[in-house]
Amino acid sequence: MAVQALVLASMLLCAVQAIRSDRLLVSAIWLAGCSALLGLALAVLGAPEVGVIELSVGAGLVTVIFVFAISIAGEEPASYRSFVPRSLARVLMGLFLILLVFLAVPRAVAPALAPQSLTVVRAIWEIRALDTLLQVTLIFCGVLGSLGLLAEPRVSVSAAKGGAQ
Amino acid sequence: MNGISVWSISLVAVFALVMVGLYGLLIMRNLIKIVVSLQVFAKGTILVMVVAGGMQGQLAVGSSLAVTVIVADTVVTVIALALAIQVRRYCGTLDSRAISSLKR
Repeated sequence: MAVQALVLASMLLCAVQAIRSDRLLVSAIWLAGCSALLGLALAVLGAPEVGVIELSVGAGLVTVIFVFAISIAGEEPASYRSFVPRSLARVLMGLFLILLVFLAVPRAVAPALAPQSLTVVRAIWEIRALDTLLQVTLIFCGVLGSLGLLAEPRVSVSAAKGGAQ
Repeated sequence: MNGISVWSISLVAVFALVMVGLYGLLIMRNLIKIVVSLQVFAKGTILVMVVAGGMQGQLAVGSSLAVTVIVADTVVTVIALALAIQVRRYCGTLDSRAISSLKR
């Protein structure tokens, strides 16, 4: 239990630093640390499959995409003045926390259902097969969408000739 | 008892992660930092799926839902970062206030 508490505390520290950091690249690195520690925490909790996926996708792929985006967009200071005053943001956070505790804690202390002898592989490929198919479609949509958004605007031949003359 | 304690600690961590992500979403104006905050928020969601499944004795179902959240969150992040790059190209800044200047 001490290991789990230590991992979760480190993960929270990484998350706070990712939000607080002024430099975007440093922020992305803290986020990668947060993902890696979340993967470890999930493995300790008994869900190593999800932990491995989080480690490879969250700490690997997403970090690479962040660094790629920051290198294209350029490092820009993140210290603009926010629309929402910080005091109002804290009040909203407090209200949200109260709502979250009010909704989650009664369910958390409710008696557990009968445990199922179900593996993650069976849950993904047999019980939630349609969801898996939709996830694959979503990945394709994401790839096509990002390619479309990142493509350079095409210059027509006549416009290029006109520009040359 | 030991198992219950581990789940309880994880649930507290979920609350904290979601709070940190929400605070970032509220106060950030840099588009890439907004995506970072969204990622932190989503990490809380991934953890709560596994914790809820484990507390109810349905860890496999919770884990499969967490995988779905990871996939959806990654796709959302990729699209959001591509949009941020486009805003930077057209407006010259990553400030979310610049998006309002795209209105005609």
